[in-house]
Amino acid sequence: MAREASKGHKAAVTVLAWGVALLIFFPILWTFLISFKTEGEAINSHPSFLFFEWTLENYETVNQRSDYLAHFWNSVVISLGSTVLGLIIAVPAAWSMAFVPGKRTKDLLMWMLSTKMLPAVGVLVPIYLLARDAGLLDTKTGLVIVLTMVNLPIIVWMLYTYFKEIPGEILEAARMDGATLSSEILYVLTPMAVPGIASTLLLNVILAWNESFWTLNLTAASAAPLTAFIASYSSPEGLFYAKLSAASTMAIAPIMILGWFSQKQLVRGLTFGAVK
Amino acid sequence: MTVTFRTLAGASLLVALMGSASAQTSITVATVNNGDMIRMQRLMPEFNALHPDIKVNWVTLEENVLRQRVTTDIASKGGQYDVLTIGNYEVPIWAKQGWLMPLENLGADYDQADLLPQVAQGLTVDGKLHAVPFYAESSMLMYRTDLLEKAGLKMPENPDWDFITDAAQKMTDKGAGIYGICLRGKAGWGENMAFLTSMNNSMGGAWFDMEWKPQFNGPEWKQTLDTYLKLMTEYGPPGSSSNGFNENLALFQTGKCGMWIDATVAASFISDPKESQVADKVGFAPSPVRKGGSNHGNWLWSWNLAIPATTSKAEAAKTFVAWATSPAYTKLVAEKDGIANVPPGTRTSLYKNPDYLKVAPFAAMTLTAIESANTQKPSDKPVPYTGGQFVAIPEFQAIGTAVGQQFSAALAGKATADQALAAAQALTTREMTRAGYPKK
Repeated sequence: MAREASKGHKAAVTVLAWGVALLIFFPILWTFLISFKTEGEAINSHPSFLFFEWTLENYETVNQRSDYLAHFWNSVVISLGSTVLGLIIAVPAAWSMAFVPGKRTKDLLMWMLSTKMLPAVGVLVPIYLLARDAGLLDTKTGLVIVLTMVNLPIIVWMLYTYFKEIPGEILEAARMDGATLSSEILYVLTPMAVPGIASTLLLNVILAWNESFWTLNLTAASAAPLTAFIASYSSPEGLFYAKLSAASTMAIAPIMILGWFSQKQLVRGLTFGAVK
Repeated sequence: MTVTFRTLAGASLLVALMGSASAQTSITVATVNNGDMIRMQRLMPEFNALHPDIKVNWVTLEENVLRQRVTTDIASKGGQYDVLTIGNYEVPIWAKQGWLMPLENLGADYDQADLLPQVAQGLTVDGKLHAVPFYAESSMLMYRTDLLEKAGLKMPENPDWDFITDAAQKMTDKGAGIYGICLRGKAGWGENMAFLTSMNNSMGGAWFDMEWKPQFNGPEWKQTLDTYLKLMTEYGPPGSSSNGFNENLALFQTGKCGMWIDATVAASFISDPKESQVADKVGFAPSPVRKGGSNHGNWLWSWNLAIPATTSKAEAAKTFVAWATSPAYTKLVAEKDGIANVPPGTRTSLYKNPDYLKVAPFAAMTLTAIESANTQKPSDKPVPYTGGQFVAIPEFQAIGTAVGQQFSAALAGKATADQALAAAQALTTREMTRAGYPKK
């Protein structure tokens, strides 16, 4: 009896989970489908789900009009660069906060998080002026630095929560055996924390890939990543939905594939600490 | 697609090699995504054939993103761009700030006198052009000739709002999915407020009096909003409070609208049989006037090329700007893509060209609309500002959008017309006081 009830419960949960997943995924699916329609079909007020004339003309136009590879390369450099730089700073920071917390560590963590609460546009002009004077406008270096700073609080928080789960005694034992601080972090902590670091890395690559405020505002022609590539297909007058959808599909495809293959790490990364 | 990729890779390699071989000046052009601009990007090989020493990089952005991006750069003297695509709203404001280079001596064959005077006037500050028009538009009434005939009506030479209301009522057939009139409802200073400000001008109203006092508590705005709400709620399509230019274009092209008052550039889209199901049944008329009035209130909008004062490559930028807006460019487009695709609204000579008049049945009405737009005196009342569908002060973007939200809410049924007008009056008064008006 109890087993049957739990079976029904399980089925209900499964259906609900699928429903929610489909609901969340639907806009992406719809974008994907529209990218294969003609502009006229894309705005049809009685849209057809699958039975329309499939066409590749939008992809052709987008490829002719803009240099996808250049934008793609900029996105790769910016998202990986900012994440790696962020990890180099955040691993030691999270180590000290997790294993040798001071009186103000909690406040420090909260303060770091609070920087994420300020709307980005509030600091646009100061950052723009700094970038201008440092000659970093429209450069990949400039964006790597800015995105590192933007995502650093999240990286530190994720690693901190993760390191907290590792028993301090193991590190102590390593220290007793004469490990120096750097070898303790490099050979003892890091291997144990690899899953956590991996999920932090993945999540931050995705965040940096999708970041559109700074990447649009600090670039012009040469360092523009895929967000600028998408933005160039929106139009105030005339039809553009299908071409915009094609550009979006091309821009999100790499990161979606990456996300698909690393689902497990991502879920782990997003839910750790939630259930103890 | 692989071929395209290979060609692209090959081309970029070539460009890179060329760049290292000769002393090229590279300029960055910021622009919006519209058909005419995209066409120009495609024609760049022609420009490079004439000027191999200038390399043009394009930054194409959505209109609002572009506006924010370019404003940040120019206000902080970032110097990222050498050529800007900006509207006639920005040109006088930015020119007065000293942000734009005056454009003189654009070359012997530029023929500056050929620019349409109404358009050129909006770009002239202290007697000098501060931007050159690439493409310009006004607003007009577009309608379905078959539906009007079925309703037993004939389009007068100068339709007034009473006629529009009557025609909208008679053309509406909700059972068949046909709505008498489609108008902009989406909130924004360049969206519903472009239309409503124009309509209010035609009703004899104004945004401000000579003391910069907002006029939303006057009878003209009341009449404007009442007429608009009646038209849209009784004869308009459902969900119209989120409709902008593109949404109405789609509705009209699929035969859902009897009438539509919007940008003249729409005429070429709805008359194109490849895009529009009603291409052979469209007629054009001037924007409506009030009964006995003569002010159509129709707007004037132009996309212009300007050179920021911060550029270090002024000469190359000027060469490019002159080429892109010259009579020679018009000729080039006509040769390559056909004369119907020439950027409209900037040169008198285009509207005298018999070849153009033959392929563009809407050309005459477009020219009439542009010529009747009066940016220097938009209202019948004396006003302290210039403009048309906008008020040419820096504060207008924010105020216009906030008022637009009130009117869009009234259209969605969330507020009455009186509530929306009172809210508009209060918020405009507050913002104008804060901005320090009346200014000496």
